[in-house]
Amino acid sequence: MMRSVGTLTRADLAEAINRKLGFSRAESLDLVESVLAHMCEAMGKGENVKISGFGSFILRDKKERIGRNPKTGVEVPITPRRVMTFRASQLLKERIAKG
Amino acid sequence: MGRHAPGQEFARLADRAVGRGSLENAMIRSELVQALAKDNPELRADEVDRVVDIFFEEIATRLAEGGRVELRGFGAFSTRERDARMGRNPRTGEPVPVPAKRVPYFKPGKEMRERLNED
Repeated sequence: MMRSVGTLTRADLAEAINRKLGFSRAESLDLVESVLAHMCEAMGKGENVKISGFGSFILRDKKERIGRNPKTGVEVPITPRRVMTFRASQLLKERIAKG
Repeated sequence: MGRHAPGQEFARLADRAVGRGSLENAMIRSELVQALAKDNPELRADEVDRVVDIFFEEIATRLAEGGRVELRGFGAFSTRERDARMGRNPRTGEPVPVPAKRVPYFKPGKEMRERLNED
């Protein structure tokens, strides 16, 4: 860690909307929830979500594979599943790399 | 609704045409703004756009500061250190030093993972 900055949460996002746009705290929190809900809904329907300048949330379908219980060493099948990955935009990568 | 700027419509068609991965359907930023506008008819279009801007800008800024972002149910963003290493210019095969850097990392939340796999 270079600096200890805290964890940003929904409340902080709502606070930023409240401060910058002047909407009430409750309304700001609703908007934050609404952004997340729409992204979840799209991905629930199998759509990727692409936010220019920020990055893309990409769904990948994984085939069944054989895993191993790390404690017991017993082989168990890992069922096929859909996973969500995040690919940061070039812009975001550059901002983070600079630190 | 249905007020696509021509540029946005083009970007959307281009996105579809590229069709990365097995899923070629994608929600893009302008569609997220439209969905939000539909839920909040009392807001002006520019206000809805600003909400989306602030949402992602706050996350990006916190990550650039080396912090963490936790959105329960959705997922958590953080950053990780990558050591310096020797890379290669893919065209010439020439070795080039890649400096140490910080990279973004995202871990989907439990509810998100479950939602993607319910039948």
